[in-house]
Amino acid sequence: MESADISALWVTLRLAFITTLILLLLGTPLAWWLSQTQSRFKTVVETVVALPLVLPPTVLGFYLLIALAPGGIIGGMTTHGLAFSFTGLVIGSALYSLPFVVQPLQNAFRSINPLNLQAASTLRASPLDRFFSIVVPLSRPGFITAATLGFAHTVGEFGVVLMIGGNIPGETQVLSIAIYDHVEALEYTQAHWLSGGLLLFSFIILFLVYRQNSRWPH
Amino acid sequence: MSGIEFCFERKQDGFQLHAEATLPGIGVTALFGASGSGKTSLLRCIAGLDQAENGHLTVNGECWQDSSRGLFVPPHRRALGYVFQEAALFPHLRVRANLEYGWRRTPGRERKGNLNHICDILGIGELLQRYPSQLSGGEKQRVALGRALLNSPQLLLMDEPMAALDRPRKAEIMPYLERLHAEADIPILYVTHDLEELARIADHLVLIEQGRILKQGPLAEMFASIDLPIAKDENAGAIIQTRITRHDDGYHLTHLQFCGGEILVSRIERATGEPLNIRIHARDVSLALQPPGESSILNVVQAVVTDILDQGAGRIMVRLDAGGAPLLARITHKSQSRLGLQIGTAVYAQIKSVALSI
Repeated sequence: MESADISALWVTLRLAFITTLILLLLGTPLAWWLSQTQSRFKTVVETVVALPLVLPPTVLGFYLLIALAPGGIIGGMTTHGLAFSFTGLVIGSALYSLPFVVQPLQNAFRSINPLNLQAASTLRASPLDRFFSIVVPLSRPGFITAATLGFAHTVGEFGVVLMIGGNIPGETQVLSIAIYDHVEALEYTQAHWLSGGLLLFSFIILFLVYRQNSRWPH
Repeated sequence: MSGIEFCFERKQDGFQLHAEATLPGIGVTALFGASGSGKTSLLRCIAGLDQAENGHLTVNGECWQDSSRGLFVPPHRRALGYVFQEAALFPHLRVRANLEYGWRRTPGRERKGNLNHICDILGIGELLQRYPSQLSGGEKQRVALGRALLNSPQLLLMDEPMAALDRPRKAEIMPYLERLHAEADIPILYVTHDLEELARIADHLVLIEQGRILKQGPLAEMFASIDLPIAKDENAGAIIQTRITRHDDGYHLTHLQFCGGEILVSRIERATGEPLNIRIHARDVSLALQPPGESSILNVVQAVVTDILDQGAGRIMVRLDAGGAPLLARITHKSQSRLGLQIGTAVYAQIKSVALSI
């Protein structure tokens, strides 16, 4: 593998890891709120969360490009804007992979018997205590699915990165873009190596998730 | 100030709870009513699982809710035990961790009892390493009860803990509940719609109808009334306080003495001299004007009719006084006419069978 490919692999893994971490931190309270609320805003929020599933990545990428630009809503808060930066990529990826993390968590939370939480509340457990002692362990398969899908989906991202990444080696060039570049340059051998690697990676990840979930007794 | 004093007003899904009462601060109080009468709603308001818009609750001097002051203590800050209809054990924790869940969260100085003692009382010592999915319905309910007791409660709330169990499982749990009743030093509120069940474990009875408290009183007094809804129950019957006078090993019988005479029952393994409450179902009492001749029925007591109530459908409930003890008899309208029963009529009450109470 060329050093450019290795650095693309490194950027990809770093991006997926950080994105997944952020999504679990933000997605968990969001999914919990969605699973418990009777607010009239629930449906709107659910729809917004699900949008990346159906939108062409270029649409999301286009709006992100504008938002991350030096004068944009998000970019304006920084000196040089966030477009074509790793940070910008993390923000884009987080939005793009949001439903893949929130939906499995929301489903897991929703399937918890409310009686278990009520029982815990009569056993001196505060709401936060109940969340960590009852909800989290009972939602373990949901967390595993959410983390894996979030990670794998970010690794496989192309359109959004193309729009806002700028393809800077070592900074914003990810594997999927590197493959595209190789094909454009007719370097099919390198394209094969990277594509085959991603294919295998995706298969293994999904296989592990499905196996884990079918083993889980609850 | 001892006792459980409450007043709740709550509207939900077209149902209205409006309950106000002061209940005893010790012993087992049964909340009895038809399904949908609001027993569970009341219990959930007392636990704080539901919040009555307008409410006030004091448990043995400690105020848990006073909406006029905006005070509402959330359930996790109330020292209570709650046993749900379905055991609601935590499926990811072994029995031991389930039992210790509340215990671990109780400050050391407030802890009462201990794991070994509770396991002994409830017979669950062998189950500690199992997961809830590996327990039978009766075992689950015993663990749930143990978990509630190890929370060192000042009030134990039980919501039809046996409703989800079949008859053999109920029979399996009953002795543990009776033992709990004997050992517990905290008030217990027990929701049920089963008269048999409550007759065996309750001291005090609260009747609930359409979200309101219809009447409350000591169990024996309530069971002896014929104008309450419980008198219409298939299992209606009076409770009589007796004392064991002797055992007859030849016939395998035990003699019980009460103020209206003597009653023979199948041998009971308890010492002579011990007090014993028995329950005589109204359906098991038949009346005669003359002393009955030769009969297989052992127990005949003399009594006087004190009250008669037509329950409709040809059924008459008769309240009797047997030397100071109450007795109920359910007879047909036709029998009443034939015997010419009136208040003051002297009768012989033949008792076909006797159930033990607490």
